[in-house]
Amino acid sequence: MHRLPDFKIPAACGTAGILDRTGRRFNSEDVVRAMSVMRERGNGLGAGFVVYGIYPEHAEEYALHIMAMDQAGLDRLREYLPTALEVVHDEEIPTRPTPTIHDEPVLWRFFVRVPEKRLVGVEPRDERDYLVSTIMFINQEVEGAYVASSGKNMGVFKGVGYPEPIAEFYRLEEYLGHLWVSHTRFPTNTGGWWGGAHPFDVLEWSIVHNGELSSYGVNKRYVESNGYPCTLFTDSEVISYMFDLLCRRHKLSIEMACLAMACPEWEDIDREPDLTRKHLLTLMRQTYAGALLNGPFAVIAGYDGGMVGFCDRLKLRPLAAAIKGDRSYLASEEAAIWAVDGEPEESWPIDAGKPVVFTLEEEKVASLAHSC
Amino acid sequence: MPLSLIPAEFNVQRDADLCIECGVCTRQCAHGCQNIDPEDGSVSSDEKLCVGCQRCVTLCPTGALQVVQRAEQGRYHAVWNTGARRAIARQAESGGMLLTGMGADKPFPLYWDRLFLNASQVTNPSIDPLREPMELRTFLGAKPDKIEFDQQGKPLTKLSPQLELEIPVIFSAMSYGSISLSAAMSLARAAAESGTYFNTGEGGLHRSLAQYGSNAIVQVASGRFGVTPAYLENSAAVEIKIGQGAKPGIGGHLPGEKVSADVSATRMIPQGADAISPAPHHDIYSIEDLKQLIYALKEATGYSKPISVKIAAVHNVVPIASGAVRAGADIVAMDGVRGGSGATPTMIRDNVGIPIELALGAVDAQLRKDGIRHRASLVVAGGFRNSADVMKAIALGADAVYIGTAALIGLGCHMCQKCYTGKCTWGIATQDPYLTKRLNPEIGVRRLKNLLRAWGLEMKEMLGGMGMNSIDSLRGNREMLRGIDMTEQELEILGVLPAGR
Repeated sequence: MHRLPDFKIPAACGTAGILDRTGRRFNSEDVVRAMSVMRERGNGLGAGFVVYGIYPEHAEEYALHIMAMDQAGLDRLREYLPTALEVVHDEEIPTRPTPTIHDEPVLWRFFVRVPEKRLVGVEPRDERDYLVSTIMFINQEVEGAYVASSGKNMGVFKGVGYPEPIAEFYRLEEYLGHLWVSHTRFPTNTGGWWGGAHPFDVLEWSIVHNGELSSYGVNKRYVESNGYPCTLFTDSEVISYMFDLLCRRHKLSIEMACLAMACPEWEDIDREPDLTRKHLLTLMRQTYAGALLNGPFAVIAGYDGGMVGFCDRLKLRPLAAAIKGDRSYLASEEAAIWAVDGEPEESWPIDAGKPVVFTLEEEKVASLAHSC
Repeated sequence: MPLSLIPAEFNVQRDADLCIECGVCTRQCAHGCQNIDPEDGSVSSDEKLCVGCQRCVTLCPTGALQVVQRAEQGRYHAVWNTGARRAIARQAESGGMLLTGMGADKPFPLYWDRLFLNASQVTNPSIDPLREPMELRTFLGAKPDKIEFDQQGKPLTKLSPQLELEIPVIFSAMSYGSISLSAAMSLARAAAESGTYFNTGEGGLHRSLAQYGSNAIVQVASGRFGVTPAYLENSAAVEIKIGQGAKPGIGGHLPGEKVSADVSATRMIPQGADAISPAPHHDIYSIEDLKQLIYALKEATGYSKPISVKIAAVHNVVPIASGAVRAGADIVAMDGVRGGSGATPTMIRDNVGIPIELALGAVDAQLRKDGIRHRASLVVAGGFRNSADVMKAIALGADAVYIGTAALIGLGCHMCQKCYTGKCTWGIATQDPYLTKRLNPEIGVRRLKNLLRAWGLEMKEMLGGMGMNSIDSLRGNREMLRGIDMTEQELEILGVLPAGR
């Protein structure tokens, strides 16, 4: 595996997400078909998938997907991990030899719990804060090992290649999930590296992103001063930390978090006739100036309860939404949605700066949780 | 009186073919350099009195005059140059401290000129300010770290008082007394009409400026001149002045000659009496004393206004700024070694303090590291010449910039550095009614508004070029800066990469 670069590489991208709102699980075929019509949007230097609902047998444990540079990197992690977390189970991530896919890292997954004793004296008592700091520690200090994803009952599968061979390499047709999000990448550097592919993930939040944040420096410093050191030099990493910070730690709703990141322009706020809303928007912009994402972007964020799509305030990158039957779709191109299941019942391009949130139906989520 | 040994600084060249001996130069000169012979009407110059203010040159109707700085006089010496020798001659004659005005004129490193801004190419589009709104709007004051909502989704979090700026440029502290009422009026009205603020300095708020109170940052300095409940009440923010870049560590002195009836009424001191500001505030001998004054002012204003603390950028500016934030300051203003003044000892001005760029780089980084950067806004001052300097300061982490000298140049100042004499021929740094009427506030307001507008246009263009439509996305975005001609250590302090990386 190539080494981590120490600078930021711009990239353009194609993205797609498919959610079954009833929680019914399906395999990778549909999302791969969606991605295959957007080949122009990638250049074979990075693609990836995130899927939610794949580990029902380990639903209560955090699934750490690990990319290690080599066996030594994995060994170092193996040595460290039991000192920080309780490892319930671990195994190699199954792969198959695939033409065009090479230089793969050592891929492993650990199902972990946070030991009670680790939370003694910690206020507020949120094991996820502990997990985040543990992940940050691994990414920074455990040489040659990176955490690709860390949520419950979900996982990120990514690497250097086009989406179809990446899916084949990871044997994704063997997994069933209720939400699939995928990404293909057009990085502007030559040697792609596995860790640089999308999605980026922290805990339940996984991000795929098409665009380049002009505000990266501001956003990076904002999350860093809130305890999320940025080690991967990508916009998506910053956005994933932003969701964790805003939604989990600041307890904002997803809509509010998106509002913080893509708030209306002052021109529109000044004209807002609803004074309560005007007050809210002013407060958001004043408080979350460091969270405002600027420059072109279209983001799909996956989380335990569904997925959200949102674009920059000028809509400089495309993102379409659609609904058909129990399924909701988001994709860079509407053609990708049609490719899966023909004409959708409802479809629309996402408005600049206005998030579209697709959620699992609540009773289904409850029953899913119960069955686990 | 013995012959003065101070060499003349300027050479006044009068083109005899062009001069019509109209006497304009003699009436414009306030320093006694240009004279007209009452007998024959001929004009002549006493070059030793010339300060190089360029007033006569500018107003000469036939363009007959030129005033140029003299070259080195006598045998060349790299160390004992004319400036050094002139200073000694002045002191040998007067026995006094060398005084001067404006900011340091030594060739200190100008880090602004060693920093380059970024622009978008291909991978992210630049944004056209003619097509898209470009936001310069800036809020100064403490920000919460998050917003909390009640069950109904109504925000529970209350924001502390904020200053709202349409352009992140504020007119720096210049007191009525050090500058004329016409100049103060021009600054106040231009600020109000441009959506920004002016700073009263420690001179109080003249009654004719009271109507611009909502755009006034009123200073509370060590002399407490003009500080009344009404003064604090009729303001947008209150600034505790601890230090000034042009004279860190020392107080201020407005000579009695400048204390006219009006200045006396505004400052609440006897007419003709010297106005002495002590070096320290005599109620602030430590950081906890500063905290008490901050909260005393918050109490006095009912927690309705942000409280700013202005300090000079000195060696340990980082813990001082951090202490001010922890003491409850909503705004920390820092003034660098190039900061201006109406009167300051030359040795202090030119030798005490550090450049604002380095202070800003270090303070912003430390406040972020401590997780308290949002608790106060940073306003920086000290030699901001143009919109690019402002953009670079914001990219380094400033919220806004104070401009003093640039605004005065906009009003006509030609930087002769003689503000302390009270004889400003441009009607700016003087209380002499014969001189102050040269500055028409109507024109002054227009010129200052033009200046802010022009800088605003340039800032929007640069912002769009970087692929941003909000100044929020530049603040602290050091990725937008690259350095040249700097040591590794300087780059590290500024937190920027060298150009090419």
